[in-house]
Amino acid sequence: MELQRVTKRYPGQAAPAISELSLEVPAGEVCVLVGPSGSGKTTAMRLINRMIEPTSGDILLGGRSVLERRPDELRREIGYVIQQIGLFPHQTIGENIATVPRLLGWDRARIARRGDELLELVGLDPEEMRDRYPAQLSGGQRQRVGVARALAGDPPLMLMDEPFGAIDPINRERLQDEFLRLQATVRKTVVFVTHDIDEAIKMGDRIAILREGGVLAQYAPPAELLSHPADDFVAQFVGADRGLKRLALTTLEDVELVQPNGLKSSGRRVPLRSTVRDALSMILTAGGKPLTVVDDEDHVAGLVTLELVGGLLGKDGALTDGNGARTAEGEAAEGAETGAREGGGSA
Amino acid sequence: MIALAARGPVIPTTFGGSPSSYACERANRLFCPDWVSRNWSAVLWPALRQHIVLSVIAVAIGFAISFALALLAYRRRSVERPVILISGILYTIPSLALFEILVPFKPLGLSIRTAEVALVSYTLLILFRNIVTGLREVPDDVREAARGMGMTARQSLWRVELPLALPSIIAGVRIATVTVIALATVASYICDQGLGVPIFAAIQDGVFKTELIAAGGLAVALALFADGLLVLLQRALTPWARTRAR
Repeated sequence: MELQRVTKRYPGQAAPAISELSLEVPAGEVCVLVGPSGSGKTTAMRLINRMIEPTSGDILLGGRSVLERRPDELRREIGYVIQQIGLFPHQTIGENIATVPRLLGWDRARIARRGDELLELVGLDPEEMRDRYPAQLSGGQRQRVGVARALAGDPPLMLMDEPFGAIDPINRERLQDEFLRLQATVRKTVVFVTHDIDEAIKMGDRIAILREGGVLAQYAPPAELLSHPADDFVAQFVGADRGLKRLALTTLEDVELVQPNGLKSSGRRVPLRSTVRDALSMILTAGGKPLTVVDDEDHVAGLVTLELVGGLLGKDGALTDGNGARTAEGEAAEGAETGAREGGGSA
Repeated sequence: MIALAARGPVIPTTFGGSPSSYACERANRLFCPDWVSRNWSAVLWPALRQHIVLSVIAVAIGFAISFALALLAYRRRSVERPVILISGILYTIPSLALFEILVPFKPLGLSIRTAEVALVSYTLLILFRNIVTGLREVPDDVREAARGMGMTARQSLWRVELPLALPSIIAGVRIATVTVIALATVASYICDQGLGVPIFAAIQDGVFKTELIAAGGLAVALALFADGLLVLLQRALTPWARTRAR
């Protein structure tokens, strides 16, 4: 998916809503569009499935311009999730999910099979949910159905406009985690719009920060954005706590832990899977004393100390940084590298 | 009293049946059930049948016109005002006056066509408004989702927007139907059809009230029955509307 110098001007408005926006999203990656209100992030997303027509520039999908296609046919190949979800209240969950397959003219049996498969994929029981109406579901369940419905036609590209914006914080986090797990299996190209930088950092393989007037301020993987903000606007937008946010990108698995040679732990335990940020928070709660890190089988893997965490941040670029590849391989390699350097520094 | 007494001897040959059954008529009670049963097949049932036909035709034609205009107004807002204005004026014309105005027109005259034109004109405002309102009340996010998933404007209208507008549309049909059933009694003034016929006959007779009450009662019963039928229709067509409770 690629935007090429796309500009959108609304008649009667001096400033364009989107100016010369160029963006390339590699297949299978999540690109998050983030920015303050008025930055045109939703507009940019809606240009892709031609809900809005660009004034100039081009948008390529799999190498082919979307402007050459019939909008309704194009949209059937692009999953679309909006904040209000927009489930059809008069249709059952099964019928809702069947929307795009029906438009594509699939046969009944295939549609039914696909519906059940998708409900399971998003963690809902098909038997129980299939024949219910949207009004009978909770907000979180509806959001899951919205994602299932968008995936129904197996589109290569998904557009998600603040999909978790209307969900309470606890459920939002759960849905985010679920979506990341889902994405790890379905590997769609995703364009995700949010105004929440934390959500952007969590969900994105790459983040495009837009500023007022639809100008691209920076387009980079989350770690790079946090360690090397392109300018003051980006630095301010990612927040003064960007150091902490970087810690949230790394788990204790990627860090060379301190060996407990006589060092006293506070007695508190922290799972190896936790982020360094969570570990730091727990250390502070424990009065600055070290924590014991345990793996899934409850074996002690080492200690995490305040100095260790401080060392991670102190050296610029020491944390997962640079290429920002978040594949399992990339992360493991970087983690090992980081751990090696930092382990030496803080021992 | 005198008139009725004078007609007295004629009654048995006209209506048939045993003389004892005319006691009620002779006493000129307010309501004579025997009269109803004797005149059901000759007077009341044909009138009721005509009344149903008159009403159904009026609502059907009115719906077709309103539906087309409503779809037009839904797409082009500029159409809405003039339609509301004209149908509003039609709606406020007193029914008897409207019937009288229409009679001189050549193809109409004193016929069932005149009655239908008048009855249809009373349904337009109600139906048009309810259909447009129903469509406008479809939530934006639902419309956006339909479009975003690749429905054409027509698919979105028939598969999403109209089904969601159904409760409002059927509510309009209910009001229009009840209105037409009531007004159709007046239509017999010009076309000699429907339950209005026995009612007018009774008014002209001036004394005997059973006919009036029976025909009037039938009109009320028909209105209630039609309304109930439409409620059932709505329930059958919008099963989702009852799941709102949660």
